Amino acid sequence: MKGLKYILAGILFGIVMSKSEAISWFRIQEMFRFQSFHMYGIIGTAVILGTLVTYIIKKYKLRDYQGNPIVFTPKEKSVPRYLIGGTIFGLGWALTGACPGPLFVNIGHGYWAFLVAVGGALAGTYFYGLIREKLPH
Amino acid sequence: MIVEFLSQPWPWYTSGAVIALVMVLLLFFGKSFGFSSNLRVICAACGAGKHVKFFDFDWRSQLWNLLFLLGAIIGGLISSEFLAGDDAVQISQATIQDLSVLGISAPDDLQPEEIFSLDALFTVRGFLILLIGGFMIGFGSRYAGGCTSGHAISGLSNLQLPSLIAVIGFFIGGLITTWVLLPLIF
Repeated sequence: MKGLKYILAGILFGIVMSKSEAISWFRIQEMFRFQSFHMYGIIGTAVILGTLVTYIIKKYKLRDYQGNPIVFTPKEKSVPRYLIGGTIFGLGWALTGACPGPLFVNIGHGYWAFLVAVGGALAGTYFYGLIREKLPH
Repeated sequence: MIVEFLSQPWPWYTSGAVIALVMVLLLFFGKSFGFSSNLRVICAACGAGKHVKFFDFDWRSQLWNLLFLLGAIIGGLISSEFLAGDDAVQISQATIQDLSVLGISAPDDLQPEEIFSLDALFTVRGFLILLIGGFMIGFGSRYAGGCTSGHAISGLSNLQLPSLIAVIGFFIGGLITTWVLLPLIF
């Protein structure tokens, strides 16, 4: 089954987010209050190792498992889009203590209340699609 | 034995390394790590493309990401069913103190009862916190073109300035909620 590897990668992601407590509202609060290194350690380690691997992939022009070159698409240049969009995201991130991944991991955990947050996230995504022409990008 | 070992909370460096590994796995699968795209894919799969151009694309090409999402839910289930320790989240004393001022008691689980229990959900305040919080996550991540995985992990790893701006935005918003909104709400 071709899709199995994505499910397995997702399972690994779900377990690590749970077991590192990164899906916990408490940990996100602690981060935004600058009262612990924990979340900064998680994100920092991931980014440092990620930067290293990304550099190696580019330098040695590594290919994916099908032999296609691994390409990184540069993000479009803009400030308002990232700053305003990012700030709105951050407002919600601190309120629910979860970003999109953890919203779903929490449901797997049995925290059914997150279904409402997922409903809200889908509504928010839809609303963005609806009015995106009118927003500064 | 191994289950007992895995049931402990994982230290931050293990977690950071495994998250980087997940990103690298997806790169070698020929994909890129970005969770919030799934929200757009779900909208498209539900037929939103009929009315809104933004959702009019071949969402089936993104099925792999929905499988990743499914895996994430299963990962949460496995953690709670088989790898759960009995310990509450070990946050700092300073945070416990700050939160007690808001009326949120010290952790005895992963999530505070005051926000995520079904009792809390069935209050107007509790329902709105989750609904509006979720709405801003969905709207903001699409507006910013990514969330924590797409910008903070994938984007920063690729030294993208736009991702840095987005992450600064994430923090501006997070700090406003934490320091201004939460004291008003609780």
